[in-house]
Amino acid sequence: MTATETEPQAAGRQASVGQPLRRKEDARLVTGKTNWTDNIVLPGMLHMAVLRSPMAHARITRVDVSAALERPGVVAAYSGADLGDKNVGALCVWPVTDDMVMPPHLALAVDKVRYVGDAVAVVIAGNRYEAADALEAIEVDYEPLPPVLDMRAALEDGSTAVHEDPGTNKCYTWKFGNGDYEAAKAKADRIITRHYVNQRLIPMAMEPRAVVAAPTGPDGEVTLWSATQIPHIVRVLMALTTGIPENKIRVIAPDVGGGFGSKLQFYREEILAVQIANMLGRPLKWTESRSENAQVTHHGRDQLQEIELAVTNEGKILGLRVDLLANMGAYLHIITPGTPLLGAFMYNAIYKMEALDFTCTGVFTNTTPTDAYRGAGRPEATFAIERIMDDLAAELGVDPLVLRERNWITHDEFPYTSIAGLEYDSGNYEAATARAKEMFDYDGLRREQQQRRESGDPVQLGIGVSTFTEMCGLAPSRILSSLKYVAGGWEHATVRVLPTGVVEVVTGTSPHGQGHATAWSQIAADALGVDPDAVTVIHGDTASSPYGMDTYGSRSLVVGGMAVVAAAERVVDKAKVIAAHMLEADPDDLEFKDGAFGVKGSPGSSKTIQEVAFAAFTAHDLPDGVEPTLQANSTIDPATFSYPHGTHLCAVEVDTETGMTKIRKYVCVDDIGNVVNPMIVEGQVHGGLAQGIAQALYEEAVYDDEGNLVTGSLVDYLVPAAPDLPSFDTDRTVTPSTTNALGVKGVGEAGCIASTPAVVNAVVDAVRQFGVQDVRMACTPERVWRAIQEAKAGGGGAADGGDRAAEGTVAYGGAQTDSTAGGASA
Amino acid sequence: MIPAQFDYVLAGSVDEAVAALGEHGDDAKVMAGGQSLIPLLRLRLSYPEVVVDVGKIEEMRGVRDDGDAIVIGAMTTHHDVMRHALVKEHAGLIAEATSTVADPAVRHRGTFGGALSHADPAGDLPAVAAALQAEFVIAGSGGRRTVPASEFFLDYLQTALEPAEVLVEIRVPKHTGWGYRYEKFHRVAQSWAIVGVAAVVRRDNGSIAEARVGLTNMGATPIRASAVEQALAGAALDGVGAAAEHAAEGTSPASDLNGKADYRQHLARVLTRRAVTAAAGG
Repeated sequence: MTATETEPQAAGRQASVGQPLRRKEDARLVTGKTNWTDNIVLPGMLHMAVLRSPMAHARITRVDVSAALERPGVVAAYSGADLGDKNVGALCVWPVTDDMVMPPHLALAVDKVRYVGDAVAVVIAGNRYEAADALEAIEVDYEPLPPVLDMRAALEDGSTAVHEDPGTNKCYTWKFGNGDYEAAKAKADRIITRHYVNQRLIPMAMEPRAVVAAPTGPDGEVTLWSATQIPHIVRVLMALTTGIPENKIRVIAPDVGGGFGSKLQFYREEILAVQIANMLGRPLKWTESRSENAQVTHHGRDQLQEIELAVTNEGKILGLRVDLLANMGAYLHIITPGTPLLGAFMYNAIYKMEALDFTCTGVFTNTTPTDAYRGAGRPEATFAIERIMDDLAAELGVDPLVLRERNWITHDEFPYTSIAGLEYDSGNYEAATARAKEMFDYDGLRREQQQRRESGDPVQLGIGVSTFTEMCGLAPSRILSSLKYVAGGWEHATVRVLPTGVVEVVTGTSPHGQGHATAWSQIAADALGVDPDAVTVIHGDTASSPYGMDTYGSRSLVVGGMAVVAAAERVVDKAKVIAAHMLEADPDDLEFKDGAFGVKGSPGSSKTIQEVAFAAFTAHDLPDGVEPTLQANSTIDPATFSYPHGTHLCAVEVDTETGMTKIRKYVCVDDIGNVVNPMIVEGQVHGGLAQGIAQALYEEAVYDDEGNLVTGSLVDYLVPAAPDLPSFDTDRTVTPSTTNALGVKGVGEAGCIASTPAVVNAVVDAVRQFGVQDVRMACTPERVWRAIQEAKAGGGGAADGGDRAAEGTVAYGGAQTDSTAGGASA
Repeated sequence: MIPAQFDYVLAGSVDEAVAALGEHGDDAKVMAGGQSLIPLLRLRLSYPEVVVDVGKIEEMRGVRDDGDAIVIGAMTTHHDVMRHALVKEHAGLIAEATSTVADPAVRHRGTFGGALSHADPAGDLPAVAAALQAEFVIAGSGGRRTVPASEFFLDYLQTALEPAEVLVEIRVPKHTGWGYRYEKFHRVAQSWAIVGVAAVVRRDNGSIAEARVGLTNMGATPIRASAVEQALAGAALDGVGAAAEHAAEGTSPASDLNGKADYRQHLARVLTRRAVTAAAGG
C-alpha cells in the first residue's frame, strides 16, 4: 500500500482519519539516528554488568566481589547482601486471589537462585568491557538443589519448593464460571476433551532492554531512561519500591524498539541502576545483550490446557470447561498471575452456550518468569477453543466453518452478553467469514485436498480455520478493580494549539513501534481542522506527559486515542467562545468547519483556530471568565472493552516424507471497526500474523532437565523472517464499535491471536487422515513426521510428535487427546 | 555479550599471516570473514590472545582457471563465489549451495575458505567440497602442501590445518556438464542445515555413469555416501530410489533440538533420492 496525498478539494478539507499517511517517525527509527536508550551518553557515565546464576536452583552460600574490585576500571561491585536495604524487590501488582502466594523478588538474589539467569551480583566500571571482564572475578558458592521444571510434578506432594515459604509450588487457583456446566454435560450427546500444550515463547523485541539512570538534581532527583512500554507505571513502582518520592523521579521512554509485552514490566535492572547511580552519584548505563534478553527478559505463554466441550450431535455447544496450568516461572513479575486470566473471558469466543467452567492454577518453577506477551492470555484461549472446534468438526464429519456457524452469535443478536458476562457491542461474523471464503477459494482448495488424498500425493494439503474475537482497550478501571488489579485503566491526553498555530498533542500512551505520532496527528488534525504535519505528538516522558497508563493490550487507540478526541473537542469548545467574542456573535450561532469558526448563514466573517490561539496567547481581549492559552486535558476511563473479530483461513502443504510444512495460502478478514490509518493497520496485521505463525511453526523456548535454556540464541530459537512467510491476503469488514466515538476496536494483537490455531488446524487437517489428532507446537518437521509415523504404527490419538529434540528436555508427558466419551465415538 | 580482550594483527600477505601465527602459536586464531569467529568471541566461547585477520589478503581472493580445475582463493566471499562465471560453469554445485548460506549480509562478509576451515558439520560447503573431491592448498612455515577433501576434515570443528597454517586456496576439479543439486533441509531460510545432501552426476546415454554424494550434518565431519555412489554407478534413473536407501549407512548424526538421529538418517535417504534425481535430470 502506498501513501496517498490528501488532495485539496473545493468542497473543503478532506478528513485525515482513514488515510494511509506515511508514518512520520519511521525515517529516524529505521535508520537508528534517534534516541534509542543505548545511544544516550552522559558525562561521567559508568556501566553496569550483571552476574547471573548458571544454576536453575541452588542455595547461595557465599558471594565475594572483592576480586572484581581489583580489576581494571572497576568502580564498585555489589552482592545482594552488599546492597543491604537498597536491595528492594520488584513488584507484582495483580494478586489474583486473596490467598495467592507472592514471594519476594529482590533485585539481587540473596539466599537462593531460582532460575538460570537469576541476578546475583553487579559490577560497575568505566566501560562495558571492563564491567563484563570483572564479572569473571566474582566468587559465588552454590549448593545445588533439585530444579523444579515440570508443572505437574511441581504440584505433587513432596516436590521440591521453588519458594520454601510457603513450601508449595502452587501460586493460586482461580475459578470463574457461569451457568451449570455439569447440567450441560448431563444433557449433552457427546463430550470432547483435549489437552493442548501452549508452549513457552520468548518475545525477542528487536531492541533488547537498556537503562540509563542519572542523579540529575541537587535535591535527590533522579532520571531513568528505559526501553520500556510503561514509563508512567515504572515511575509509580519505582517510588513505591525504593522510597524515593515520586515527584523526584522522572522516567523517560525514548524511542523504544518493540516490546510485545516484554517491556510491559518493572525490571530489576531498572531498580539496580537507579539505586546504584544514586549511591555513586554518577550516571549509569546497562544494556542487555541478546543472550540476556533471551534468558531473563520475561517469557510468554507456557500453559498446559485441558479443554472440554459438551455438545449435541448436531455440534451445538452446550457447555465449555477449561482447566489450565499456567507456568509463573520462578517469581511473579508485574502481572504474571493475571496474564492467563485475561484469557478466561475469551475461551467461549464467538460462540453461544449455556455454561462455562474455568479454572486456572498458577505454578512456580525454576524457569524465567512469564508475563504478558502479545495478546496475553487471549492467544492461549483462542488457540484452545479454535483447535477443539476443528477437532470437533472432524469428529462430527462437519465442515469446520459450518460447525462455527451453528454456534456463533449472529449479527442481528448484538449487543450480546457472552457466557463470560462480557457485552459484545458489535460484530458480523457471517460477513467476515463469507469474504474470507471467497478470497481463499475455500471450495476449490477443498477439492484439491480431496484429489491429493485420493492420489496419495506425498505432499498433502491441509486447511485450517480460526474465527476469533478478543477484548481490546484495557481497561475499564471498575472491571480491573473487580479482578483485584491494583491500578486503573484510564488514559490521558492534552491538546494545545500554540501561539503560532501549530499543535501539540501530549499522550499518556507510550508507543514502541505502533506509529502513534502519525495516528494521533491524524485524529487531532481532523478535530482541529489542521494539517497532520502541523501536529507534534509528545509521549513517553513523565516530565512532559505526567499522566498516563502507557501502551499494551491494544489499548492505545481505543482509550488513548479517545482521550485525544475528547481533549481536542474541549479545545474547540473553548476556542468557540473566544471566536464568538472576536466575531461579536453568540457562540451558539457559530459553526466550526475546516479549521475555522464562522457565523451560520453569514459567509465571509470567520476566525481560524490559529487566529483564536494567538488571541488566547496575547489575552488582550478575552471574554470575561475565559483563561488565557488554548489547551485542554482529558482523562478517559473506558466504560467497556471493544471486541474486534475476524476469520482467518490457512492452507498448508505438508511434505509427508519429511514433515515439512509450507504455508500455501493465508487469508484473513479482520473487523476492527473504523480505521484511523489503514497502512498502520496493515502493518500491525502482517506483524501479528508473523508472530502467531511463529508460535505455530517455529518458536519454542526449551529447557533441558537441569533448567538451562537451550534455545538461548537466535540460532536455536527460530524467529521467522520475510523469506519464511507467505504473502498474506488481507481484507477488512467494518462494523464500527458502539462503545467509543471513533468506532475503533484495536488491532495490535489481532493477527497474533488469530493465526496460531489457523496454522496448526491446517497442519492437523493435512495429516488427520493418517490418524493424527494433534501436533504439538511448534509444529517442527520432525514432530509432524513423527506424528505421522506414530499414527501409522497404531499410536492413535496419542500421536502428536512428542517432545522436541534431545534426551533430557523438559517433558510435558504428551498432549493426550482423550477422545469422545458420552455419545458414539467418531 | 561482548568479547574478552585480544590483540589484532592485520596480515598483508600469506607470509605475514604464517609468520604471525608462528609467533603466537596456540594463542592465536585466524579470522577470515569473521562470521563464525566473532559470535564465538562475543559469547566468550573462544578466548584467543591474538586474532590474525587474513580477510584482506589480496592473493587469497578470486577465482582462476587452472586447466582441469578451477582454483578459488580462500578469502573469496560467498557473494563473489556464487556469482563467478568459472564457478557456475565448472562447479555449479558450489554456486547453488553457497546461495543457501545464511543471508546476503553474511554472504558479503563470509568466505569460502573460512567456512571450510571452520568445518562446522552443519555448514553447507564441506559436503560440497567432499562431493567435488576438492583439494586444499595450505601454507605453513615450511611452504605449501595440498590435502584432499577426504583428509582435510578430521572431526567436529577440526581440520588438517595446524595452528600455524593458513588455507590459501581450494582446487576444484572441473565438473563441466555434470548435473548437480544441493538439497538443504532447514526450517527457516537463515538457519543451518538439519541435513544437507550435495550430489553431482555425470550422465551417459540416459543412465548414470558416475555420481558423488556428500552429506551435511550426518556426523562430525562431512560424509561421502559411498554406498549410494556405488549403487548409482551405471544405474538407470529408476534405480535412484533404491540407491538412496543406502544414504544413512555409516553415518552417526547428532540428536539435538532440530532432530534426533533416526530422523536425520531418514531425511538423508529422502533428500539423497531427491538430490540425485534432480542432478540426474530426472
